[in-house]
Amino acid sequence: MLAIGPATFRIGSAWPGPVAQLQALYAGYPAAEEAIADFTVRLEPAGLGRRWWRPSVRIAGDHMLPDAAPMALRHGLLAAEMGMNLQMALGWRRHLLVHASSVEKDGRALVMTGESGSGKSTLAAMLGERGWRFMGDEFALIDLASGAIHPFPRLVSLKNEAIEAMHGVVTETARFGPLMAATPKGDIAHLIPPADAIARMREPARPALLLFPRFGFAADLRPVSQGEAFMRLTQASTNYVALGEAGFDALHRFVSTVPAMALDFAGGEEAITAIDRLWEALP
Amino acid sequence: MAGQQRLYFRDGDDALVLRSLDGLTLLYHRPSGITHILDSPLPQIIAVLEQEPLAPDMLMARLSRHYDLEGDAAELEQHLGSLVALGLARVAS
Repeated sequence: MLAIGPATFRIGSAWPGPVAQLQALYAGYPAAEEAIADFTVRLEPAGLGRRWWRPSVRIAGDHMLPDAAPMALRHGLLAAEMGMNLQMALGWRRHLLVHASSVEKDGRALVMTGESGSGKSTLAAMLGERGWRFMGDEFALIDLASGAIHPFPRLVSLKNEAIEAMHGVVTETARFGPLMAATPKGDIAHLIPPADAIARMREPARPALLLFPRFGFAADLRPVSQGEAFMRLTQASTNYVALGEAGFDALHRFVSTVPAMALDFAGGEEAITAIDRLWEALP
Repeated sequence: MAGQQRLYFRDGDDALVLRSLDGLTLLYHRPSGITHILDSPLPQIIAVLEQEPLAPDMLMARLSRHYDLEGDAAELEQHLGSLVALGLARVAS
């Protein structure tokens, strides 16, 4: 049983490898106190006989996508992580769930949302090594009653060039998981979040700034209107529709109280300088 | 020709949750669970609609009186048609 922020997972696998890798990478996480898991994730053989002969992994669990393609067993760790994300995306109802990374400083949270490849995950991981508390790289959980952001600090999923960039920042090699080359999402390596991020994973923070980062563009910074922010966050949320009016109220409160900016950047350092400047200018 | 006018009505106030946002209006329609982002004059047209069917010329008079909005009948019919398509207004049969 594994607890990440407010969610608990039971993970099973037809092969011992992925579970052993998960246990090693999540060893520093507090043990789940709950007796019943929120979600079950299972890694199963994709077809008869495929457990031994060129094994392929199918992600199964409480919530499933029927057409998901099986993955190679050597990418079993990625399959387990994707399985956990899938359960959250399809099944979580206790918070408004937004595809976003978040970091915290002085009790206030910076939330970054964007498409895959926008740099939101890498920026959060970098800020997490520079005096910010890493809260999550995949999902920001917006409290339906208070509006606070709850952490979901699972392993950071580093893709392609972000792997090398983080090796330049994080010197403890034990915090990196195995390099999985040529997965359906490119080269992937997981990074264990800093110890304080894990220790404080049940500590929410008030949102203070929403950023829409976009990696690979000339440096630019511009305000985003509340209407545009609202629309883009409904698209970035996996459970906005399912939550009905509670989601509507939570998102309206978030958008009408948190300033939003779009940040284009070509390199991590310039983005972090821009973020520091924005943060200092906040009221 | 007032007798041939289409009459429009909408759900009661408890079916609609309205919030303003940067000059736009967010509308959560409880019966459908759909969120709409509306720009003027659609929120004002919704405001002057009632649960009782009303003719467009009556709606136009209300828009002018309450919101200082002017426009021609064809424009108003077009906006009403949009609201009907969104499920936010209905035509009396």
